[in-house]
Amino acid sequence: MGNASSMLTQYDIEEVQEHCSYLFSQQEIVSLYERFCQLDRSAKGFVAEDEFLSIPEYSTNPLSQRLLRMVDGLNFKEFVSFLSTFSARASLQQKIEFIFKVYDIDGKGKVSFKDLVEVLRDLTGSSMSEKQREVLI
Amino acid sequence: RWEEMASSLDAPNLDDYLTADSLPQEPPRSLTLRDLLDISPVLTEAAGAIVDDSFTRCFKSNSPEPWNWNIYLFPLWCLGVVIRYGLLFPLRFLTLILGWMAFFTAFFPVRFLMNGKNRLKSKIERKLVEMMCSVFVASWTGVIKYHGPRPSSRPYQVFVANHTSMIDFIILEQMTAFAVIMQKHPGWVGFIQKTILESVGCIWFNRNDLKDREVVGRKLRDHVQHPDNNPLLIFPEGTCVNNQYTVMFKKGAFELGCAVCPIAIKYNKIFVDAFWNSKKQSFTMHLVRLMTSWAVVCDVWFLEPQYLREGETAIEFTESVQSEGHDSCSGWS
Repeated sequence: MGNASSMLTQYDIEEVQEHCSYLFSQQEIVSLYERFCQLDRSAKGFVAEDEFLSIPEYSTNPLSQRLLRMVDGLNFKEFVSFLSTFSARASLQQKIEFIFKVYDIDGKGKVSFKDLVEVLRDLTGSSMSEKQREVLI
Repeated sequence: RWEEMASSLDAPNLDDYLTADSLPQEPPRSLTLRDLLDISPVLTEAAGAIVDDSFTRCFKSNSPEPWNWNIYLFPLWCLGVVIRYGLLFPLRFLTLILGWMAFFTAFFPVRFLMNGKNRLKSKIERKLVEMMCSVFVASWTGVIKYHGPRPSSRPYQVFVANHTSMIDFIILEQMTAFAVIMQKHPGWVGFIQKTILESVGCIWFNRNDLKDREVVGRKLRDHVQHPDNNPLLIFPEGTCVNNQYTVMFKKGAFELGCAVCPIAIKYNKIFVDAFWNSKKQSFTMHLVRLMTSWAVVCDVWFLEPQYLREGETAIEFTESVQSEGHDSCSGWS
């Protein structure tokens, strides 16, 4: 695997850190870079859909498809920014915004009835019929 | 389904970067729609998987840090290469060839001329196999330290060991002739498996054959019960792992209803990385690499036999044996 951190300069790390509002320490960013390079096997500069889906624990997650639309094709800076929401240091506001964006996947600014049904479908799979879900919501 | 969702609200987290509660926890009450639609734990798990997943970790071979890059160390390293490839390798190769010749001249007559399945014949064959393995070990200048009581040949016991490379088997076989359960390999390894290992009482299986499992299960049970058979050795991981993380043991070995004697094998990485990435190298190439290294240094611990305790399930038993082996391995690193 080699020394991935030798390809990141101090300036790069600081730029990424600023972009994610200092929610990650520099060491964390270095580790995330190693992970990013590990996932981006063909060194394109971003991680493609199939590379995310090759992580067994990710592909079994019910919301993997929805998240893929948000995370596919991000470069490293954006990748870190995406993950920064999950940091303990992130604000509640930021986290709620993130969850809102997952629901409102097409970015219209509102969570519609259709969005709620879709998320419920992802979570429950085939254990509920479409009608049941609509009635529930 | 509802219970799963309720319990996932308290799911512990995988990673340092991520916290379990991205939303404030509320006191548990009866499940409402809001609980159902609370996707934060699901999202956290997904992000956790993106950041790190345990499966990839096990199969990564850690590439050694290059230490020969500067002007002082490089000539030394070159000298080392010359010695290793020019002097040690031919010597070792010669030892190996001589060993094989001696082995075959002794083995085939015994196999085909001495008739019947008498005890003397098995004893001689066993000794020959042990000798052959010692030759192999010498051909890579193996420095092996054994700790703990040597395995005895008794019924109702099975040995389990962690698995880094095919050479694990050779190292153990040098000490006692074990019977193993192995997948048939192609090439010259397969030839050896068929002719020689048969004499030690090995059991074959085909990973791709589903029906095979029952047959193999039966054969295992039979083997363990017979006192004359060589002690049975099983590698529960089923595949070669890089010695730093343990892949979950397959629990088949632990369901046989006998004492399980764990063996822990730990290689000292300073001299050579014994991890055989079977997807990247063929066995022959792997052997050549070992023969051109300085030495193969490893420790083998024979641990206390473990018995299934009252009320323990096969899975719990598996885990406790696995952690026992891991503890002795991580005594040094």
